[in-house]
Formats: sequence, C-alpha cells, structure tokens
Amino acid sequence: MAEYSALSLLKNAFSGNRDWKPAWRKPDPKPSYDVIIVGGGGHGLSTAYYLAKEHGITNVAVLEKGWLGSGNVGRNTTAVRSNYLLPQNIRFYEHSMKMWENLSHDLNYNVMFSQRGVLNIAHTPAQLDDFARRGNAMRHLGADAHLMTPAEMARRVPGLDVSKSARFPIYGGLMQERAGTARHDAVAWGYARGADRRGVDLLENCEVQGFIKDGDRVVGVNTSRGEIRAKKVAVAVAGSTGHVMRMAGVERMPIESHTLQAFVSESLKPFLDTVVTFGMGHFYMSQSDKGGLVYGGDIEGYNSYAQRGNLPIVEEVMSEMLALFPSLAPVRVLRSWGGVCDMSMDGSPIITTGPLPGMYLNCGWCYGGFKATPASGWCFAHTIAKDQPHHFNAPFTLDRFHRGAVIDDKGQGATPRLH
Amino acid sequence: MLITCPYCGPRDVSEYTYQGDGNRARPDAGSTDNQAWNSYVYDRLNIAGEHHEIWQHSGGCRAHLAVSRNTLTHKVSAVAFARDAGHRKSDRHRKSGGAA
Repeated sequence: MAEYSALSLLKNAFSGNRDWKPAWRKPDPKPSYDVIIVGGGGHGLSTAYYLAKEHGITNVAVLEKGWLGSGNVGRNTTAVRSNYLLPQNIRFYEHSMKMWENLSHDLNYNVMFSQRGVLNIAHTPAQLDDFARRGNAMRHLGADAHLMTPAEMARRVPGLDVSKSARFPIYGGLMQERAGTARHDAVAWGYARGADRRGVDLLENCEVQGFIKDGDRVVGVNTSRGEIRAKKVAVAVAGSTGHVMRMAGVERMPIESHTLQAFVSESLKPFLDTVVTFGMGHFYMSQSDKGGLVYGGDIEGYNSYAQRGNLPIVEEVMSEMLALFPSLAPVRVLRSWGGVCDMSMDGSPIITTGPLPGMYLNCGWCYGGFKATPASGWCFAHTIAKDQPHHFNAPFTLDRFHRGAVIDDKGQGATPRLH
Repeated sequence: MLITCPYCGPRDVSEYTYQGDGNRARPDAGSTDNQAWNSYVYDRLNIAGEHHEIWQHSGGCRAHLAVSRNTLTHKVSAVAFARDAGHRKSDRHRKSGGAA
C-alpha cells in the first residue's frame, strides 16, 4: 500500500538509495490530446488528477514551462483554512478543507496535512466583533470557528505578547481548529504522481509560446517543444495569467500580478503549534516540522512578475512579527523568496469556461491559492469535463465584474494591493 | 527599488504610494457607457515588461508621477509628472466632491 514504507526506506538506505524509481514518467509530447492544461503548478496538477479520477478523461497533458512545482505551489507559506465571510467563499473553501482532510489517503501520498488551527488575532473591540460575525458566518455554513480570550490565547501560543503594554494590545481571537498547514511540495508531487499513473502526460520544460486558433476557437498551443493540439485548452498559470492570456488575444483581464515575499527563520525548538495571524497589519506565521518559523506579510503592492520583492516589506514583516512576539528579536532569518500572485479585482478567484471557445480559465487566487488546491482542481476538472461549472465554482465567473456580482470578502473594491 | 522624483531626486520606494496602472483611460465624467466604466474600473493590461504606472510621492513632495518600470526586473526607465504625461488630473473632481 504505502510506497515509501519503513521497510522500503531501510532497504534503499542499505543499497545507497540507487534503486528508487522516478515518481512520474518524462514523456514526449503527443501531437494532440483531449485536454491540455497550461501550468504545472498545484492547481494544474490537481485538475489533471481529478479529470482522470472523477471524469475518466486521461488523454491529458499538463504543460509546465519550468519543472513541476517550481512556481507558487512551492513558494507559499503552506496555510490551509476556510475562514471567509461570504457564503460563496465559505462553501468553496470548506469543500476544499474537507478534501484536504482525506487527501493523503486519496493520493496514497503523505501531504503532511496538520490541522493545527489558524488563529486570527483581534486588537480592538470592533475587530473582535467583526471576527465574531465572520465566525458566525462560517459556523452557519458548516465550517468551524470559535472565539478565544487573551488568557486562552496566551496558553495556546507561548511567547505571544498579550500584556496591556503590547504595541497593539490583544482583545481576543478567532480560531479555526480544523485549519492548519500541509507540506506544499508533497501536494505537488502527490498530485503529479497520481495524474501520471492515470495516464496524464506531464510535460516539463514545455513553455507555451502561442495559441493555435481556428477562427475564434482555441484548438491548441505552440510550445518550446512543438505544436500540440487539443479539443480543450485549460489555463491555470496564476501570476502569469495576464501574460498567457495576451498570447491568446485577450488584452485585458481583471487581474494584476504582484509579488509576495515569504521568509523562513533558523530552526528553533518547537514552541508554536498553530498558525497565528496579526490583526493590525498583514502577518502570519507557523513553525515547520524542521523548526523554522515560516512567515510572511503583505504583497509588494505594485505590478511585478519578478519573483522577488524589496526591502520595505521585509522590514514591515519583521516589525509585525516582533509586535506579536517580542522575544523573537534575536532569531535570524535563514532565507526569503518571492512568488507572483494573480491578484483579482475582488480578492476572489475565477474558475470558468471561456473566455474564448475551446478555452477554460482558472486564476485570480491572490495570495491564497494553496489552500484551494484540491477544490480548485476538482471544480476546474468538473467545468472542463461538463462544459459548465459545478455549483461550488459557479459564482467565480470572469464576467462577474462587469455584471456587478463581485465577491469581495474584505470589501476593498477594485484595488488589488489592498486584498 | 529607487524612483527618481523630478522634484526630490532618487528616493526609496517606501516614500511612494502606488496609484496603479497608468494605461487605463477614465471615461468622461458624464459618460453613461457602462462597458467603458466597467473596463476602466476592473480591466488591466498587466504587462510583463515595460509598464506605465502612476505613483505618488506621498512621503515627499506629494506629486503624482507617471513612471515607466519593467515588471520583470523592477528597473525604472522614465519618470515624469503625471500631468505632463497626459494623465487626467483628478484634482478638479476631488475639490468639488470634498475631501478625498
């Protein structure tokens, strides 16, 4: 059953780890497929997996310009949660949460999903009221949430400054116990292996350079590995959405690409067994199984495809960390990196048919796409297979902006840097 | 990232506020063309490469600037006052509408 059992680890250790088999094939592109998925990140791979598993569509290729998991699925801070306010978002992300709860079994691959809880910290009475409202909205639709007092939070989160003299005194918090973290690379690898075994071709180093059209209809792509045709072409390229859609002839999208940075500290003894988020700025932190603190903050706030950020955000994130945990001041940062986020105009995603005939689109994940990986692929596969959305993703259309049906969880308006 | 303000010289990005995509055309205030307004509010070119955008030197002289910046490298190639670069001034609307 388990391919990486203790016995196989031991056996391979004694043979110098020379006998491990690759987890997926490296096929050459076929001239045509039933479905092409552009983008071999978490969402593209899970889409391929569910196309094969749920809909029996296995003549599928996933096209990745780099190597699998080289984009945001390997760059995020691994948090998984469904603590939204609006019903469309709660239903979708709660569906995702339920899929996470069974994902390791489903993939027969340990994604190390750890339901260690996500705690949103409130620093004013009004913010705590707002959290109570959001918690009620979540519970109303079947997600879990409960409020915590500062005393309870101090017991749960050692080192958290709950004193009255804190830079931003803490009034309470909203906890989602079923939320947590997952090993992001394992998610990519598990979906990749699962899709490959069902016959999906994973084509790495295969960059899409243009779309082949028959009239308006998209019938294939030109790639760095030649021309590939398909009945259906699905695009799941996150931060590269604007760039890729322009190649298909769609000039403008309700998307801006922004860089988000993330940080890992040196390893510390385990002290933080939950994910905490700051309420007076944008900051979130968890502790990895290796002991490093994994944390991040706001996006850079200006258009960028650079996969690297600038120093003002670094300084801001560190100061936010110290506002919550003054005792972490001597801890050294081990490394930092950036990823390109597809910021939508209302902070919610797009999973839809179109916008061109023969095309399907999955984008707009802002900086929250990782937790959506299972449900995003599941809903996108349904949309591709049936040519219509599942009711979970039916609200996440591309034309909702022009119809006035935006899903703006934070009520920030069409200002991507504020979502 | 440094942006060279025409008044103040090269200053750190933290002194500036990003006002967004400079490629958008605001419809005339009297326009009732829904498509044009929707497009102005929601649709973006989102260029991977040389990008025209508006910044305000909010931590300095407060001038609105039209900046050309490469979104792949963050290199700033040109900075001009937004009013000189042909961008519509919003002051007139703001004054009539009170504090903005």
